[in-house]
Amino acid sequence: MRKTILYILLGLFAFAFLYPFIWMISASLSEERSIAHVTLWPVAFSFNHYIKLFQSIPIARSLFNSIFVASLVTFGVLVFSSMVGYALARHRFRGRNLIFYFLLFTMTLPFQLTLIPNYILMVEFGWTNSFAALIIPGLLNAFAIILFRQHFLSIPQDLIDAARIDGCNEFRILFQVLWPVSVPTLITVGIITFMTIWNDVLWPIIVIREENLMTMPQLVTLFAVGGRSLGQIGMKLASATLLALPIIIAYLIFQKHFIQSMAASGQKE
Amino acid sequence: MKNNRTISSYLLISPYLLHVLVFVLFPVGFSLFLSFHEWNIIGPMKYVGTANYEKLFQDQYFIKSLRNTLVFLMIHIPLQIIIALGLAVILNEKLWFRAFFRGAFFMPVVVSGVVVTILWQQLYGFEMGSINTFLMWLGFEKVGWLIDPVWAMPSIAIMATWKNVGLYVILFLVGLQSVPKSLYEASELEGATRWQQFWHITLPVINPTVIMVMILSTIGGFSLFIEPYVMTGGGPLNSTLSSVLYIYKQGFFYYHMGYAATLGLVLALIILMVVFIQRLVIERKPT
Repeated sequence: MRKTILYILLGLFAFAFLYPFIWMISASLSEERSIAHVTLWPVAFSFNHYIKLFQSIPIARSLFNSIFVASLVTFGVLVFSSMVGYALARHRFRGRNLIFYFLLFTMTLPFQLTLIPNYILMVEFGWTNSFAALIIPGLLNAFAIILFRQHFLSIPQDLIDAARIDGCNEFRILFQVLWPVSVPTLITVGIITFMTIWNDVLWPIIVIREENLMTMPQLVTLFAVGGRSLGQIGMKLASATLLALPIIIAYLIFQKHFIQSMAASGQKE
Repeated sequence: MKNNRTISSYLLISPYLLHVLVFVLFPVGFSLFLSFHEWNIIGPMKYVGTANYEKLFQDQYFIKSLRNTLVFLMIHIPLQIIIALGLAVILNEKLWFRAFFRGAFFMPVVVSGVVVTILWQQLYGFEMGSINTFLMWLGFEKVGWLIDPVWAMPSIAIMATWKNVGLYVILFLVGLQSVPKSLYEASELEGATRWQQFWHITLPVINPTVIMVMILSTIGGFSLFIEPYVMTGGGPLNSTLSSVLYIYKQGFFYYHMGYAATLGLVLALIILMVVFIQRLVIERKPT
């Protein structure tokens, strides 16, 4: 009896979490005038909204931009943050503790503090309207460094010593000896970074004004806000569906990794 | 050999030092500098003393945006904790399809906030939105979710809860699994009810998670941007104007760089203070 109630509760919540997505996809595949009647399945099925969407905004191009930017940033974060994390975990040098505490301190700084000056920096560097503005400021982040540091602290010293005796330099130790035994941490940092960059809208809106350079969330946002989508609910929902699809597919395949990684990112406070 | 390694230590951390200098330390300093100036980014900078700060403390819009954030947090935080904890407690039982439910609750977490916002804008529609249609089917009146100044911010708070709660379900589950089973068994022998068990055994163990959820939600509340930007533009009657949206407007609509930087600086201080106070208050309370 008690279990039945729990199942009903869970079922209701699962419905509340999944139904909006189902409605969104169905509505985007229905004729504009029929959207009000959509409940679960498309009414007056048509691909019109998608066809019109591809004709009116460079959405395919923005998908490529997003993949390009998010991949490069993720790769950079993995390389640079693991370098710093390794030094902080396994090297002894002057100022190490100072740097570590400073890192913890900068992690607590709200982004609102640096938003305006960072934009001005982009203007001064001449990076506005270029991928440099989307990529370079993101190449390192404090949280990734801390995750790597924590992981590298747990690696046996023997492994590092053996590599040193073999004559490996510190970079080879990191990338050829430590990386292969750090796959779970690489995945966690990779997923968190990729998702954060992929979903970011505020920064791209500020530094990119040229449509061909926009990331997908930015383009979809500006399309939804601007006059071009006025009275075009179907097209708006089609753009939102296209934006959601790559992540949802990745999520369905790698569900476990997503949940574990994001749970780790929640621990940062 | 030893020397070599010292050199490589500094080589390894050099990207961080460069990055933090350019994108953190310099901006923080520059932000302070800017707050004493007026600048439209094209013309010359003008020193204005503390004028920006004086303006800020009388700025109706900024104060309104803080009030809106407070409304958001008062609804969002309790909802988030109650729903997340409730679902986590249920999912911690021996039930079928747990992985499916967990996966379903987590779905909105991975999707971009833009998607969620565009979607809910339609669900919240006054005439034809699914939510009002459902309410009418149940026999209730239609609600002006996004067009009524009283409802607009709560609507965004409800949507944000839907978006984030799956993550907190997972965090609470992790916390719940760390409660030793023997404690429950022992208390059962002593005749404790389920409610007593929850109150005296479970809650103290997951208290750190509750604090974490509060702090993360608070930071999220102060960072609201895309939701009002897409759904309401800050309206109706500025009832959803968020602090970040206001900074954005000052900086990139009016090009008041000095004033926008001041807003960012003060807002950051407010956030740090609020989080600090939350910690003090909750961590002291014995449960």
